[in-house]
Amino acid sequence: MATAQTQTAARLMMAPAVVLLLGWMLIPLSLTLWFSFQRYNLLMPGQEFFTGFDNYRYFLSHPNFWSALANTLILVGGVLTITIIGGTLLALLLDQPIFGQGIVRLLVIAPFFVMPTVSALVWKNMLMHPVNGLFSWIARVFVVQPIDWFAQAPMFSIIVIVAWQWLPFATLIILTALQSLDEEQKEAAGMDGAGPFPLFFYIILPHLARAITVVILIQTIFLLSIFAEILVTTNGGPGVATTNLTFLIYMQSLLQFDVGLASAGGIVAVILANIVAIFLLRIVGKNLEA
Amino acid sequence: MARAISTRRKIAISAIAWLVAFLIFFPILWTFLTSFKTEGTAIQIPPKFVFFEWTLENYVTVQERSNYFRHFSNSVITAVGSTIIGLLIAIPAAWAMAFSPTKRTKDVLMWMLSTKMLPAVGVLVPIYLIFRDLRLLDTHIGLIAVLTMINLPIIVWMLYTYFKEIPVDILEAARMDGAGLRQEIVHVLTPMAIPGIASTLLLNIILAWNEAFWTLNLTTTRAAPLTAFIASYSSPEGLFWAKLSAASTLAIAPILIMGWFSQKQLVRGLTFGAVK
Amino acid sequence: MRLRSIAIGSCSLFALAAGAQAQSLTIATVNNGDMIRMQRLAHHFIDANPGISLEWVTLEENVLRQRVTTDIATRGGQYDVMTIGTYEVPIWGAQDWLVALDGLVSDPAYDVDDLLPAIRGGLTVDGNLYAAPFYGESSMVMYRTDLFEAAGIDMPEAPTWDFIADAARTITDKDNEIYGICLRGKAGWGENMAFLTATANSFGARWFDENWEPQFDSEEWKNTLQFYVDLMNEAGPPGASSNGFNENLALFQTGKCAMWIDATVAASFVTNPAESQVADSVGFALAPDNGLGKRGNWLWAWSLAIPAGTQQAEAAEKFVGWATSKEYLALVAAEEGWANVPPGTRLSLYENPEYLSAAPFAEMTLGSIEATDPTNPAVDPVPYVGVQFVAIPEFQGIGTAVGQTFSAALAGQISVDQALETAQQQTRSEMERGGYYR
Repeated sequence: MATAQTQTAARLMMAPAVVLLLGWMLIPLSLTLWFSFQRYNLLMPGQEFFTGFDNYRYFLSHPNFWSALANTLILVGGVLTITIIGGTLLALLLDQPIFGQGIVRLLVIAPFFVMPTVSALVWKNMLMHPVNGLFSWIARVFVVQPIDWFAQAPMFSIIVIVAWQWLPFATLIILTALQSLDEEQKEAAGMDGAGPFPLFFYIILPHLARAITVVILIQTIFLLSIFAEILVTTNGGPGVATTNLTFLIYMQSLLQFDVGLASAGGIVAVILANIVAIFLLRIVGKNLEA
Repeated sequence: MARAISTRRKIAISAIAWLVAFLIFFPILWTFLTSFKTEGTAIQIPPKFVFFEWTLENYVTVQERSNYFRHFSNSVITAVGSTIIGLLIAIPAAWAMAFSPTKRTKDVLMWMLSTKMLPAVGVLVPIYLIFRDLRLLDTHIGLIAVLTMINLPIIVWMLYTYFKEIPVDILEAARMDGAGLRQEIVHVLTPMAIPGIASTLLLNIILAWNEAFWTLNLTTTRAAPLTAFIASYSSPEGLFWAKLSAASTLAIAPILIMGWFSQKQLVRGLTFGAVK
Repeated sequence: MRLRSIAIGSCSLFALAAGAQAQSLTIATVNNGDMIRMQRLAHHFIDANPGISLEWVTLEENVLRQRVTTDIATRGGQYDVMTIGTYEVPIWGAQDWLVALDGLVSDPAYDVDDLLPAIRGGLTVDGNLYAAPFYGESSMVMYRTDLFEAAGIDMPEAPTWDFIADAARTITDKDNEIYGICLRGKAGWGENMAFLTATANSFGARWFDENWEPQFDSEEWKNTLQFYVDLMNEAGPPGASSNGFNENLALFQTGKCAMWIDATVAASFVTNPAESQVADSVGFALAPDNGLGKRGNWLWAWSLAIPAGTQQAEAAEKFVGWATSKEYLALVAAEEGWANVPPGTRLSLYENPEYLSAAPFAEMTLGSIEATDPTNPAVDPVPYVGVQFVAIPEFQGIGTAVGQTFSAALAGQISVDQALETAQQQTRSEMERGGYYR
């Protein structure tokens, strides 16, 4: 089928995207790479010099580096867990016949359209605030000591906020997959007397595997670089409880305009992200094969 | 009897679904309601849900203080512009990958996705310097270029997964009937590809609209979109909940309404190959 | 290339021919109330200066700082006037990134000697004034007169830390959500570290000794942090480790705090009946001390500066002069009342009886500002400038990292000793990297 001619045509058609992305990646990346070997602080002009691997050594040996790495993974893992379990349950629910299905679906997908900064501000100030927030008021109505969200469970709070934003995405994709499940298959299983749980675990879940894979892959790409939500709510604290890798780079470098260090941090983050990506592909890539 | 049970079941499930949907939507509803309160009422405990004196003063203040329509049109221009350019570049690429795949197609795709992982905070300064030298700071073109590049991998991937599901048999059948390449594309493939392209378009408008790092850092006035508008209302000295709510409502309303109206189109192609 | 330069040349000729008609100033400013008011009143400036138009970029403080710093350091040239603080001016001025405001200094109508000496000093580098103060602030104690009366305690005008701690513990009534004292706890060099650094000054502590050795291992810092953590645990509100200025403001305005030590600008918010539920029962006192000669208050001035890259320095200076002039103060008074005049920049304002009677917090503000000395902030000598910050480029990063550590101590995640040890290490290693020990 693939003649030499169509191959050439295919290459030509791919060329613009590949070239542009190559450019987009290589130009900043090579500049970044170059800067990462320099002592270069924007606030101290005229003092640039080559430092070799100094920036890398400094970044990697930072006492908070490992905890930032762990936080990044916890954040990604936590959000993925909530959105996939929640998204599956929600999709199962929305797949049932319900009154006003259209409106319910509109309400459920709404968070996906909200800017991350806005949602973080709203959650922090209007919902989770330990004194003036709605949650603390609810807790007090039930005579419970209100939870001090960002001090007692900072990472959990951020996971909740981010999961809220991504739940609609997961729900939609899983729902679409669910709706493509053959009605006959389900009915046949029902005839065989399979209860709801076996039905779910033996018929539905395997069918959803692909959809879940996609959700994991796409969300991971976005979640690895969560930044705005942390900046707005906890500023990485208390302590380093919510400092992920992106925020560590921001704090150590951009905040003091240490371009050399920022660049080294950026390169490290790219390498780590690619390791995660490769891992992900190994684990879930099989599901994506046609 | 069976019908009665199933109606009751439907009512019960509906009730649960509505409750869950309401909870998920609540933060947005709460923002909307707060935008009509005075600053004093906004932080009152116990909170007032509907029975407070509704006021438009926050919207008036926001209108006085900032040029909402300029930010709004900048958001539209950059989000739509970057999406369209992205599609023009991505459609041929995704097409080629889907219909003439090679051994390396998957690697290319994955590599494209991995370009999205370059952390923005690490490369801000290099990009800023490049933009300064090309005189792209605070221009629509510059912002469109960046947004296009950021979202291009997602566009390519989404289209690729969609195109791949177009059965090749149909092409062959059309060819048998003596259709030329042109006809093949216009009459057979385009209609099949439209839903996928439409939902890619919508998803990327949403992503571009909500991008808050580059849009904020590469613009000042002429090209500043709604994210910059929001940044002028968050955490000043003094109470700001109600004004922030009004600004937030104004910033998310257009995209929310667009999303709601085009929900069907968005969902139809939003499969990323998740459905076989 | 040639063509282009000709085109540019003819364009600029055209611009020249049109006189100053086409000047447009881009002004970056922070979204605080006084600046918003300036933006609203700016049509007076435009009317008086036909040919100059203004473009406003109003941003939240942290975003603003990052934007303008990136721009000025890369010479991006996006702004003609920048709103910056007393932290940036000494650093940027020393780099020659700012245009010295010689025109204003030599203009008798501007009357540069009318500027408060403490603030002017903080904005001057090597004898050049690099920014004009738009409003100045210090910190002070705001307290609830009704709660103090009910508890039978009298607030002195200049309280000590021991008095504050006792009063806070006495008044605290957690069951009724009355907390004795609200203080900043949210991590950030401009958040909890502003408060803690200023407080540390009054406890005799300092950031660095004369050789830039960090001093977190000193007894004074231990006393400071221990005092703060204990006090907040016993008499502070829940969630203190994520409370910044705004969070505390909301708490105080809704009647949850008996005392709040924070920026003097807060005075006009907490006494404004439209926002504050406790507006008619607020008293003011100087920031506390420990009898060591330094009080725990800070000094900050949001100021207008002109980046060296601008093409329109002259028009920009005109605007800066207008916005920080005596006439501007009178304009605000005429349009919006004396209580809304931007405070803390000019001596003449504090000699104006109309202002003094309209602003009950005026004398306390002036007293607090005058009690600070940015060039000599601590009890012991220090090598840096700045009361609640250290004016070196590294400080934003160090301050935020230490702020995180201290907020962890407040949240109870680590002990005070651990926090200080970590802070010492973090600071030492950043300073080493900065090349301070070579």
